[in-house]
Amino acid sequence: MSIAAVTVPNVTHTATDTSTLSEKVSVRNLDFFYGDFRALKTINVPLYAGKVTAFIGPSGCGKSTLLRVLNRMYDLYPNQRATGEVLLDGENLLSPSQDLNLLRARVGMVFQKPTPFPMTIYENIAFGIRLYEKLSKSELDDRVKHALDRAALWNEVKDKLGANGQSLSGGQQQRLCIARTVAVRPEVILFDEPCSALDPISTAKIEELIDELKDDYTIAIVTHNMQQAARVSDFTAFMYLGELVEFGQTSKIFTTPSDRRTQDYITGRFG
Amino acid sequence: MTDAHTTKAFDSDLQELARMVAEMGGLAEKQVADAVDALAKRDTALAQRITQSDAVIDALQSGIEEKAVLTIARRQPLAIDLREIVAALRLANDLERIGDLAKNIAKRVIALNAEFPPPKLIRGVEHMADLVLGQMKAVLDAYAQRDLSKAMAVWRGDEEIDAMTTSVFRELLTYMMEDPRNITFCIHLLFCAKNIERMGDHATNIAETVHYMIEGHPITDKRPKGDDTTAFATLRAAGDR
Repeated sequence: MSIAAVTVPNVTHTATDTSTLSEKVSVRNLDFFYGDFRALKTINVPLYAGKVTAFIGPSGCGKSTLLRVLNRMYDLYPNQRATGEVLLDGENLLSPSQDLNLLRARVGMVFQKPTPFPMTIYENIAFGIRLYEKLSKSELDDRVKHALDRAALWNEVKDKLGANGQSLSGGQQQRLCIARTVAVRPEVILFDEPCSALDPISTAKIEELIDELKDDYTIAIVTHNMQQAARVSDFTAFMYLGELVEFGQTSKIFTTPSDRRTQDYITGRFG
Repeated sequence: MTDAHTTKAFDSDLQELARMVAEMGGLAEKQVADAVDALAKRDTALAQRITQSDAVIDALQSGIEEKAVLTIARRQPLAIDLREIVAALRLANDLERIGDLAKNIAKRVIALNAEFPPPKLIRGVEHMADLVLGQMKAVLDAYAQRDLSKAMAVWRGDEEIDAMTTSVFRELLTYMMEDPRNITFCIHLLFCAKNIERMGDHATNIAETVHYMIEGHPITDKRPKGDDTTAFATLRAAGDR
């Protein structure tokens, strides 16, 4: 398919006073292809600094694909390519000269299933830090403690840092993964359905954590749980069939969405 | 109308709520019409029945509240669904108040038992009641049909009722000054007129709720009002004569 033949989708960008916001990430005319299949169609969306942006939409709408573009996770797979621009502080992430290891330290990612490494709790955190920085033992200890603290896990694991990370409960493992992400001091954190495998208490803890983290990081979260998007995010993007249908303040999207498709989706009237 | 939900039971929940509100609206309209009828005919038996049947409206309000809370808890409604449920709660509140005001008129009919106010005076109150009943019918239709322009017409129409209230006030005041023996029933009639005027305010509230339900934001214009200060000025002027 030739890019020129593609029509630009009509996106509803709800009027918002963005004068006090700064765009940490700007997605510009982004297209994404799995081989010949065009999974993202001319996406234009900002991620505002210090805000949580939720991506919602039915399965296959491209929201996880978009997240995978934001730290170039797709580079690990053949036949996948992105066109357009993704600017992180004005610098195009998609440029071939981009240092991917550095990028993934700046843009961290937490996945749907907790993925602790088969090593101790301490090493799970220290491993990532060592990749990027040379620290003394005491500095490293401090960083591990700080990361576990930020992920609201320190009190639960401080007496068993030598235990295997996989021995923790699902919710604790997910917070360990968040700690691991936070430890390398990213600027942006991407959450791909971080609570879908967790019970309500663990979910509440993660949501509380996201709320605390947004003061220091720019956060994007993909979720199938509409109430979760409504609870944790400041901005919401609704995607459908690879297009961004509507983007705006969460308070507006979940009470008075502008696009009929958004309304049908969030009220459970789809298809 | 919007499409059906994937979960059919959610549609039934919302339909049931709207049906309960419609039923409550119908009962409130009947109570108002009966109360004014009882007043015009000085029918104390009818007035008694009105005071008793207010309980049915109250029970419906409780039922709507219960159903709304349960639906919110069960379905976590968003957007139009959430607004429909909030609207049902608000309408139930306004309709319950209208029922109470009708009941108050009925009680005054009972109190007026032996008095025979001149039909001319009652006619003014009756005319107000006709206007209010028209407003109530229109606004309940606007709710049932999700008709924004109809709701807005009701919202603008309240001014006329306010103006009528002022004229009934003036008329009653003159009559009271003519003969102090008229005071008792005139005061009762005055309260009846005030009750009807308040019913109009509740109809206006409902119009605002319907606007919110459909549009997702409140009406930004100022509510049109027959100026109350003018009414008092008129009353003072009449009293000074």
